[in-house]
Amino acid sequence: MKTQNQRAWLFVTPVLLLVAFNALIPMMTVVNYSVQETFGNNLFFWQGLDWFEQVLRSERFHNALGRQFLFTFLILIIEVPLGIAIALAMPKQGPWVPFCLVTMALPMLIPWNVVGAMWNIFTLPDIGLLGYFMNHTLGISYDMTQNPFAAWVTIIVMDVWHWTSLVVLLAYAGLVSIPNAYYQAAEIDGASNWAVFRFIQLPKMKTVLTIAILLRFMDSFNIYTEPFVLTGGGPGNSTTLLSIDLVKIALGQFDLGPAAAMSLIYFAITLLASWLFYTLMTKNDNKS
Amino acid sequence: MAQIKLSNLRHSYLSKPESDEDYALKKIDLTWEDGGAYALLGPSGCGKSTLLNIISGLLVPSDGKILFDDQDVTALPPAKRNIAQVFQFPVIYDTMTVYDNLAFPLRNRGRDEETVKERVTAIAEMLEVTDMLTTRASNLSPDNKQKISMGRGLVRQDVNVVMFDEPLTVIDPHLKWKLRSKLKELHQRVKATMIYVTHDQTEALTFADQVVVMQDGEIVQIGTPVELFERPAHTFVGHFIGSPGMNVLPCDVKDGGVFFAGERIGLEGPLEDVTNGAAEIGIRPEFVSVSGNGTGLAAQVRKVADIGRHKVVEAIANNSRIHAILEGDAPNAGDQVNLEFKQSQTRLYKDGWLASTPGEGVQ
Amino acid sequence: MRLKSLVPVIYILFLMLPIYWLVAMSFKTTNEILAGFSLFPQTWTLANYIEIFTDPTWYWGYINSIIYVTMNTVISVLVALPAAYAFSRYSFVGDKHLFFWLLTNRMAPAAVFALPFFQLYSAVGLFDTHLAVALAHCLFNIPLAVWILEGFMSGVPKELDETAYVDGYSFPRFFATIFLPAIKSGVGVAAFFCFMFSWVEMLLSKTLTAVEAKPIAAVMTRTASSAGYELGLLAAAGTLTIIPGAIVIYFVRNYIAKGFALGRV
Repeated sequence: MKTQNQRAWLFVTPVLLLVAFNALIPMMTVVNYSVQETFGNNLFFWQGLDWFEQVLRSERFHNALGRQFLFTFLILIIEVPLGIAIALAMPKQGPWVPFCLVTMALPMLIPWNVVGAMWNIFTLPDIGLLGYFMNHTLGISYDMTQNPFAAWVTIIVMDVWHWTSLVVLLAYAGLVSIPNAYYQAAEIDGASNWAVFRFIQLPKMKTVLTIAILLRFMDSFNIYTEPFVLTGGGPGNSTTLLSIDLVKIALGQFDLGPAAAMSLIYFAITLLASWLFYTLMTKNDNKS
Repeated sequence: MAQIKLSNLRHSYLSKPESDEDYALKKIDLTWEDGGAYALLGPSGCGKSTLLNIISGLLVPSDGKILFDDQDVTALPPAKRNIAQVFQFPVIYDTMTVYDNLAFPLRNRGRDEETVKERVTAIAEMLEVTDMLTTRASNLSPDNKQKISMGRGLVRQDVNVVMFDEPLTVIDPHLKWKLRSKLKELHQRVKATMIYVTHDQTEALTFADQVVVMQDGEIVQIGTPVELFERPAHTFVGHFIGSPGMNVLPCDVKDGGVFFAGERIGLEGPLEDVTNGAAEIGIRPEFVSVSGNGTGLAAQVRKVADIGRHKVVEAIANNSRIHAILEGDAPNAGDQVNLEFKQSQTRLYKDGWLASTPGEGVQ
Repeated sequence: MRLKSLVPVIYILFLMLPIYWLVAMSFKTTNEILAGFSLFPQTWTLANYIEIFTDPTWYWGYINSIIYVTMNTVISVLVALPAAYAFSRYSFVGDKHLFFWLLTNRMAPAAVFALPFFQLYSAVGLFDTHLAVALAHCLFNIPLAVWILEGFMSGVPKELDETAYVDGYSFPRFFATIFLPAIKSGVGVAAFFCFMFSWVEMLLSKTLTAVEAKPIAAVMTRTASSAGYELGLLAAAGTLTIIPGAIVIYFVRNYIAKGFALGRV
């Protein structure tokens, strides 16, 4: 049982002040913009919920949101099973384990714009390793600046490259925590490999996989820098994801009202996901 | 059901064992009779779990053979050996119900649902878990979880042996005896060979008909609980079993007799091929008494502990500590007393091993 | 069995290929890059690295990044320590809501905050300073540090605190001399992750700076557009940004999963 102690608020005050400064004031600004219209010179007019209506009805927003969901969906159905499979294939102990962990984590520690730039160099049609291989060795026409499909494949492969290791590391952490006796008991019970996976490994990985899926959901939903550097949202608008579109509207066109309304809608979606995340995680904490 | 024979078994966890030290098991020859209740007793790290895992097939021994009714199973995997094992921590399949847990080993072997139902119902009744069959196994208390693990072992009718690897470690003390007597009862009902691994002498002695005592990868003694208590074949067994353990006193063998602190000590019987020199006397505290007439070994009482039914007296004689268990009156700490050993229970150990034989007592 | 051990090998090869290409590019001459495809650098050159280390706009990009990242790490860990202690040891009114609210900031899309941050930090006169970026990154790094530290602190038995108080330790002395050493690996892991997330983040650091505190990321965008020209320079700059992570990751290898999962594994 934890001690009931209101002085604990003293301990959290610095955190509270710093995060509130960063989160609440900007959020107030966004809310302000979202209900007003401005023509410059600091003149604002009450606009009500018009911006929200406009954003929610605009085809542009629908398209960006649709692309965003498609991207996140593809990321999840590729990265999660792939990550689990790789974690299952990794050695449980031995000298190779630290090597695997370190090399697998490396992509996650590279600045996001460098990730984009790196993949740009990697996929250049004539002088990139992948681009050259596709165009000249396999003879498949591949140029993501021209072909929307190629652009999509590239941003998906890039994200798989960048973040699958997160699923691997979490799943692996769950796997190595399973006591050996479980495998031995299953062997004696005559369980097949599939049954071992289905009834021992998967249930024991449940918590870490929940975390992995939700982290991947939210991070891929918020993704901006990597695809922006790689494709700039093109060709056309084919890879303009939600964040890219938002920045275009806000910083490119300076349409502050719609941008703010869009921010709030965007944020509401992530907030919902955060709530789900938190509920699931604390439910687990309470049990153990 | 089968007789299990271990022949010339050796095992090392190293790939290239060099000396005897490298072996976790050093040459084991042992036969487990069909239907017996055995305990494998020894301190942690003595190799008892290794031995168990070799019988179940989770480990392949470096040398030697395992025979189930004269059939060599050394190379067979666990699933093919038809054995059951209950582990230290309850292993249950969290996502399944109790019923599905119990049915799991049968379903894996392709039994039809009717047989499964019949067996599961019977086992559930035996374990008194019938009312839990539909609950999820993850919601059970540790002792019930351990019952389910046992049930998974017993549900197959034809198991050759059921092995228990310290199964009561995580069980609350007040539930331990309940589960232990349940086990004993189960053994009588299913008549399967059972091997119970433990480092707790009480568990071993109450469960087993035959106790196998191990130390440092070797079997030191096999016998009934009474045999182990009365005639430990090795000073280790004497120490390990009993509370407090057997007194072991350094002594001299000379002139055809045994001397401790200059006094000649009477033994249970004649010495066989014992060369003169240093040896040890073994006598259980239960057979040490305080003499009333001033004869016997002079000693000073250091401590007296009252543990209910009797008193444990710790005395020092010739720099050696001697325990005595006394009923009724006992001396006080600091008293000078004379101790007497019951001759028929006084034994000689040479290099740790029993060297005296029962017979007419010798002075 | 053989097939199974191939899976991680193939995966690691896949991970290394783009990195290899980046590093290989960085050692090629511009002529070689423009001349066409070559798997290995034909003539090795350090010209790209030399340019970065001699051109102030380049190397100041690195220095700027390191300055704000370090500031952010120190601030985040320092304020997160007492807060994490409070969350792990006490229950107080609103603790659960506060914890959740902190989490939402880790999950917030940076794009949502880009413009309001620009205006906020301009208004308080911090625009284009290291402190602005350091403070802005606190938005997601403080929740991260609090969660990681709370995870490690909950692993320390409460009896440690109680024994210390019985022995007459004051709270600050107990915290500094007994509790901190007990969770020092947690502090290391929290610092590592704050460092990393501040190092990899680009959108906010670019938005909040112009000249004085311009991070390496913004410097790199200068060359990002060209198709061939200055690619070697870009590759060299990218290679240099991988190095800090590669150096420290070995020390936290067993905690990577825990860190990414906010201390909840």
